[in-house]
Amino acid sequence: MFKRIMVPVDLAHIDKMEHALGCAADLAGLYGAEVTYVGATAAAPSAVAHTPAEFAAKLREFAGAQAAQRGIEAHDHMVMAHDPTTDLDDTLLRAVKDIDADLVVMASHVPGVAEYVWPSNGGKIAGHAKASVLVVRD
Amino acid sequence: MTDETANQGIPEPEGTAHIIETEYEIGQDNVDGSVGPFGFDIHNPVFLISGLSIVAFVFYTLALPEQSGAVFSWLFSAVTKGFDWFFLGAANIFVLFCLFLIVTPYGSVRLGGADATADYTYVGWFAMLFAAGMGIGLMFYGVSEPMSHFSSSMGGVAMEEGARTDWAPLGAAAGDTDAAIRLGMAATIFHWGLHPWAIYAVVALALALFSYNKGLPLTIRSAFYPIFGDRVWGWTGHVIDTLAVFATLFGLATSLGFGATQASAGLNELFGIPLGSTTEVVLITAITAIALISVLRGLDGGVKVLSEINMGLAFLLLMFVLLVGPTMVILTGFADYLAAYVQYLPALSNPVGRTDTNFMQGWTSFYWAWWISWSPFVGMFIARVSRGRTVREFVVCVLLIPSLVCVLWMSVFGGVAIQQVVMDGYTAAQDAPLELKLFKMLDALPLAGITSLIGIILVVVFFVTSSDSGSLVIDTITAGGKIDAPVPQRVFWCIFEGAVAIVLLLSVGGLSSLQSMVISTGLPFTVVLLVMCWAIFRGLQSERAQLR
Repeated sequence: MFKRIMVPVDLAHIDKMEHALGCAADLAGLYGAEVTYVGATAAAPSAVAHTPAEFAAKLREFAGAQAAQRGIEAHDHMVMAHDPTTDLDDTLLRAVKDIDADLVVMASHVPGVAEYVWPSNGGKIAGHAKASVLVVRD
Repeated sequence: MTDETANQGIPEPEGTAHIIETEYEIGQDNVDGSVGPFGFDIHNPVFLISGLSIVAFVFYTLALPEQSGAVFSWLFSAVTKGFDWFFLGAANIFVLFCLFLIVTPYGSVRLGGADATADYTYVGWFAMLFAAGMGIGLMFYGVSEPMSHFSSSMGGVAMEEGARTDWAPLGAAAGDTDAAIRLGMAATIFHWGLHPWAIYAVVALALALFSYNKGLPLTIRSAFYPIFGDRVWGWTGHVIDTLAVFATLFGLATSLGFGATQASAGLNELFGIPLGSTTEVVLITAITAIALISVLRGLDGGVKVLSEINMGLAFLLLMFVLLVGPTMVILTGFADYLAAYVQYLPALSNPVGRTDTNFMQGWTSFYWAWWISWSPFVGMFIARVSRGRTVREFVVCVLLIPSLVCVLWMSVFGGVAIQQVVMDGYTAAQDAPLELKLFKMLDALPLAGITSLIGIILVVVFFVTSSDSGSLVIDTITAGGKIDAPVPQRVFWCIFEGAVAIVLLLSVGGLSSLQSMVISTGLPFTVVLLVMCWAIFRGLQSERAQLR
């Protein structure tokens, strides 16, 4: 049914994404799909990483840890956003295309990051992506 | 590192960047939550202090207009007159420092690390540099400043009790038309050429270097890390950031007020729309509303698109004026004025022993203080869009090319207006008030209705981009350097800015007294910029050392 599942992750709030991460891993097991964790960062330093290179390394570590913990085939994909406050959803939509995902599993209700919180974000991905989109409430 | 992901056992990467090791984590002093559906993520205490002190200052100017007006104008004249030598000397240092960076090996350091690629194309980048840096000023002063210097130079030197009472630059050029044009253009280019762009370049470079290469938050205080160390995360830094917010918001609000005056003067000239505070309030509201849409569309969909549209329009207007005006006279003038600029540059930038005190204090010192008070805003915005450029490329593109464009702009707009007086005896632009000079100059050319309308659109859109990029910058500073803070915060600053502008516009003398105050903030920031030069030098030294 699904071959490649994309999971947008917010490395600053991983603890609040347990449901989505578990759900994506279960679906991956069920359909024998691989999971690609997509992390978006800006060029400027953030709470997660000082540089995009550091961010990429952390994302890779995260994907590796998920693969080991959940027994799935996991990849990582970093995307750069010029202005994450406003263009995160466009950036994620590009990522859906770039990695050729057929299912997107997104968390919602991560506090403090409006783009993940507002259903409009998941809604925009669902409305514009060619892939199926599953929004997992916290 | 003590951030959340590190706590979850994700190790630090090795050898990815030469970042400054500090215990500070971006966002550690932030307060986040939501008010109803509106999320926020703000720096404690910078957001609150800057917001409240801005409100307090507005109340002060409203409640005690006479007293505050007197205080601010005293402050303004004390700063620009007492410290003229300091402003002129410091600005010279900034220019020399930038030129030094171009020719030394430090120029090869890349912002964002050796492997970084540029975020924006040259066209988008230039458009944003101009829209934030001086687009609106070029509209305002493109005709009026060359005209002023030309007229005062023609008038010659006037002495009273051993002091000069005229406003001419240097030794003036009494009665000599050609010499007065050259001197007037050289003086104008001096105020819009290398010096202002060097001021912006220093701030932008400091912020870009310490954020992209050193991993510190994208906020003004980070440039002070080499001097204050970890104390910049405490009150020292809070004060620096608050001052920057202050200068930015009041600078934008006062400009918004004056811009509304020019736009409404243009609308009155063109369509007979009545002058007055109602028109101006409507204009500010409209500009703020367009800015809000642009804010919601973000950096790429908002500011960048508008900047590119405006650059295209400005280029068309420039070409039009060049072609329908005395083309050959202007083109030979361009080379001649550039030569005049080089010729007079040493004398014009000399900080001591000048006799032309009115010009030096009333024009040059005023301008330098004004550019410097804008530099936290423009510098931070330039930094935001300049990752991936080498230092040499950065300085050439932020210093030399914009300076040349300004020379061209002034040569065309000022040149045409002066030729109208000299060749045709058309003095409408010369006699018009400041905000109307551009429209009067266009009036004597064909298709005046269309070009004037384009002029008004340019003024309005340049204000939209300023307001929008200003909200972006203030939001980042008041979010402790976070650039992914919730969008309602930017909306708040954008509306706040418009509201402050309207309140000041409606009060008696509110705008001009606050402008005096904004310019006064140029003095402490000059010290800040000098320190930044040193910090940049140290930062580049360590980058070079690691590259070897």
